[in-house]
Amino acid sequence: MFQCSQSDYDVIVIGAGHAGCEAALAAARMGQQVLLLTLNMDNVALMPCNPSIGGPAKANLVREIDALGGEMGKNIDATLMQMRMLNTRKGPAVQALRAQADRKLYQRRMKEVLETTPRLYLKEGLVEDLVTDNQQVIGVVVRNQSIAAKTVILATGTYLRAKIFLGDTVYTSGPQGQHSAEALGHNLEKLFPLARFKTGTPPRVNLRSLDYDQMTIQPGNEFFRGFSFETKGIEVEQTPCWLTYTNRETHQIIIDNLDKSAMYSGAIVGVGPRYCPSIESKVVQFPKREGHQVFVEPEGWNTSEGYLSGLSTSLPADVQQKLLQTIPGLAQVEMMRPGYAIEYDCLDPLMLNSFLEIKEYDGLFAAGQINGTSGYEEAAAQGLLAGINAALYCREEPLISLDRSQAYLGVLVDDLVLKGTNEPYRMMTSRAEYRLLLRLDNADMRLTPIAHELGLISDQRFLEFKTKWNSIEAEVARLETVQIPSTSDTNDLLADLGSSPLRHGVSLSELLKRPEIMYTDLAKFQSLPKLPRDVAEGVEITVKYQGYLKKQERAIERFRRIEGKRLPKLDFLHVRGLSREAAEKLNTSQPLTLGQASRISGVSPADISVLMIYLQQMSGNDLNG
Amino acid sequence: MFDDTIAAIATAIGEAGIGIVRLSGQEAIPIARLVFRPVRGSIDNTLNFQGKYGHIIDDRQQIVDEAIVMVMRGPRSYTGENVVEIQCHGGVVVVQRILQLVLEKGARLAEPGEFTKRAFLSGRLDLTQAEAVIDVIRAKTDVSLGLAMQQLEGSLSQRIQGLKEKLYDIIVRVEASIDFPEDDVPEVESQEMINILNNIILDIEKLISTADDGMVFREGLKTVIVGKPNVGKSSLLNRLLNENRALVTDIPGTTRDVIEEVLNLQGIPLRLLDTAGIRESEDLVEQLGVQRAMELVDQADLILHVLDRSAHLSEEDQVLLTKTAKKKRIIIINKTDLPAVWGPEALPITKSTPIVEISLITNDLDPLIRTIISLVQNGFLQRTDQSAIITRTRHKNSLLHAKEDIEQALDTLQAGLPIDLIAVGLQGAIEHFGEITGETVRENIVDRIFAQFCIGK
Ligand SMILES: Nc1nc2c(ncn2[C@@H]2O[C@H](COP(=O)(O)OP(=O)(O)O)[C@@H](O)[C@H]2O)c(=O)[nH]1
Repeated sequence: MFQCSQSDYDVIVIGAGHAGCEAALAAARMGQQVLLLTLNMDNVALMPCNPSIGGPAKANLVREIDALGGEMGKNIDATLMQMRMLNTRKGPAVQALRAQADRKLYQRRMKEVLETTPRLYLKEGLVEDLVTDNQQVIGVVVRNQSIAAKTVILATGTYLRAKIFLGDTVYTSGPQGQHSAEALGHNLEKLFPLARFKTGTPPRVNLRSLDYDQMTIQPGNEFFRGFSFETKGIEVEQTPCWLTYTNRETHQIIIDNLDKSAMYSGAIVGVGPRYCPSIESKVVQFPKREGHQVFVEPEGWNTSEGYLSGLSTSLPADVQQKLLQTIPGLAQVEMMRPGYAIEYDCLDPLMLNSFLEIKEYDGLFAAGQINGTSGYEEAAAQGLLAGINAALYCREEPLISLDRSQAYLGVLVDDLVLKGTNEPYRMMTSRAEYRLLLRLDNADMRLTPIAHELGLISDQRFLEFKTKWNSIEAEVARLETVQIPSTSDTNDLLADLGSSPLRHGVSLSELLKRPEIMYTDLAKFQSLPKLPRDVAEGVEITVKYQGYLKKQERAIERFRRIEGKRLPKLDFLHVRGLSREAAEKLNTSQPLTLGQASRISGVSPADISVLMIYLQQMSGNDLNG
Repeated sequence: MFDDTIAAIATAIGEAGIGIVRLSGQEAIPIARLVFRPVRGSIDNTLNFQGKYGHIIDDRQQIVDEAIVMVMRGPRSYTGENVVEIQCHGGVVVVQRILQLVLEKGARLAEPGEFTKRAFLSGRLDLTQAEAVIDVIRAKTDVSLGLAMQQLEGSLSQRIQGLKEKLYDIIVRVEASIDFPEDDVPEVESQEMINILNNIILDIEKLISTADDGMVFREGLKTVIVGKPNVGKSSLLNRLLNENRALVTDIPGTTRDVIEEVLNLQGIPLRLLDTAGIRESEDLVEQLGVQRAMELVDQADLILHVLDRSAHLSEEDQVLLTKTAKKKRIIIINKTDLPAVWGPEALPITKSTPIVEISLITNDLDPLIRTIISLVQNGFLQRTDQSAIITRTRHKNSLLHAKEDIEQALDTLQAGLPIDLIAVGLQGAIEHFGEITGETVRENIVDRIFAQFCIGK
């Protein structure tokens, strides 16, 4: 139908949400001509849900994005209103930054970055179809006009044939009154099957109508570093959030009106996430609970609109108003926008490979909520990876993927493309088997060298990065050599720190291994070099966690051994000795490595042995060399 | 090439004579050094394929058995890696002990067909042999998978499941509080966690010790004494027990209603089923009659069919003889001290069926015992659940590893270290439980967090 003689762009990104923005930036920064298409120029990088970024595992994703040269970390650092460090006492592997953003500022800054990035063209336009030629994507159709490209990245978020549910009202719309991408959804379905997922949001209220005396204040914490390696210091007067609770009265109203909730009337077919249930579900599933938390979060410096985190609902607007008034502090509440549920099309991530490329179509990538995930951080991280790979594709260089031992992004993609998901997928630290290694403080160490190689990190920053880790290494080595004698002075100092006395001399490193002794405490025994805080932090974690880290590193070595073994494109039904179930599952997933194959359900260790032998037989080479 | 060292029993279990435990991998020689004390010299300076005589010793330096150890250094070995073979004379129980010892010293129990796989992957086998290798892996795995399932029925499995639930419960609470710090998830207090973990450790230890009993218990050839009343079944049973009893195991619950006893016939364990039935009063036996005997016959690996030579072969004898015909059996013609009413040629049996003529009052049991042993040695007799031992060892090993991981978590906890480190041990432990039951624990943890806690802002 449409003939594209030559490409107008190298990469076209459909959708300028969190995935689309990172994808476009990465591809453009890697030298490609990029067209980023958005439904509405005023809604770039929109946060239709919580105005908040980070939290356990999610913060790690943001640091990883930053370490790979992405934008999200810098953007939130520049626009945050509050920062909290969560899990402070639970150990460095699970500590998590979480920031409240000024929603509008966040969008404005991201838009500006997009606008000023060379080779990146941000345009408004409703994509209706993809142009394909013999299983190869060659462009998109925008309002009956085709635009040619070498690659296309689908980052349509929750906009594909989106439907909003508000009580018994159902209408076609994207989040916050935006367009829904109807034609594209319809046309994509001709290329591959689509599923329906749903998510919800709570009502927004005028913060001036609340009584804060009846709520608990949730101030920000002191913090010394933002999300980005490049952020030097954040000067901000933090605004607090507030905590209040629902009560029996609230729950009664919900129960009485359950039949009016879109969620419970059966109007919604999409599958919602378990971790972000509507208040209706919470009340129904946990009937014994006396109250559920409601966090009141400001949406920005220059607005009185506030977000009621925890109250996601699809009850009719009048019921929402009524139930809000039962909550302490909200008696006089002025609801500005009601909450709603939204249902949208997404694809089955099993169609993707670990480069986030759709296996059936050359040059077609997908990232973000369309892949069945939820969350801005999950979306942005995928966007970055898809953008990098689209650029590599155009350069005709090998694509990259990350493995489960390198990054949460690796875990995320691996889970998605090998196991699929039957609800919007959220990143959690419990999903990562090498959690101790996938920390906030070492995201740069894990990923920045890769990004530098790709051209996503400046030489200047790379130098700073190397300096940081060299200083950590040097200090760790030094601590091992400095001996502290067992004197009464030493033991007095130790007693002050709540630590047991020494029976013989030990190194500073040994002392630091004691849980009650922090790096800065060592100054009492021996003068310390003046180190930047991130270096001191790195030293402390490295020394304290050495034994445990070594153990995980050994496990990783074992994991990598089979992870690295490439599988050719195969019809697994022809591999003799595989169980039929395994062969079928392998054919569907077409794993790229033996390691990936081993994580597909239905593939047993015996099947992996059979594959190893098959590969050996095919190549005649030593597989383990 | 592979970084771990594998071990397995190389001879078919149940074979008398030599038992072999084989090790392959980088650590094969160091591990052998830990369990083997040569009479002269050390295994480090033996030639390839040259045996060294000495003793296998346990942790308390007690001698387990005498043994010949042979070292085959890679790449000139079957697997291409360093291989050690420990040969001993003891029966199954001893071979089993030795295997357990090397596993405790760091070897890992080999997967089915894994030695062959390593041999192939290191280029020691011809490419054309690949298909054969695949068959071995497939066949052995399918058998042991089936058995793993069987093994998990019954009370042992219930106890493992119960323990696993306890562990899940604590992990799910810990993980939920880590992943959802801002939700109303109560944190687990240290003292509570210490108590729970200590309890779990105790439970695992109990399970391991009964697993041992169970192992000995399950090892034997399932043997049933069959015969109509008064032919001499009780007399046979009593003599076997008096002269050969190894261990009396009547673990409640593991034997259902059948009481069993284990004999040790020169290293071959014999498990006598329904010893109670034999001892019960004549009336009762008659009540239950042939029906019950037949059920037992179906389960048995070996039938000792007793007939009385001094009385006419009855209808009942004939019925029993046809029933036992489908099984490996030894016909015991008893009461040779009394005048014979019939001779062996009168029996409706094939020529190859072994017959022992004996008087349980005046003769010794040697001819019978020799017959049983030669049946086993010539491979006519095999335990129907031969891989059960392997499965058992696997379970026991997983339990041991789980225990170590929980102990590590406990140490970490008591040292005052944070929860991210404690969680490492807990997750390791639950993964070891997952090995037993074949589930992917990580996904279950996530599922359970959502099922148990009201989470989500
Ligand atoms: N003379 C003789 N009597 C025997 C012999 N074996 C068993 N008996 C006797 O036969 C009777 C029945 O034996 P028992 O072992 O109770 O038979 P069961 O009913 O098959 O258990 C007892 O009085 C035994 O003493 C044998 O070899 N010779």
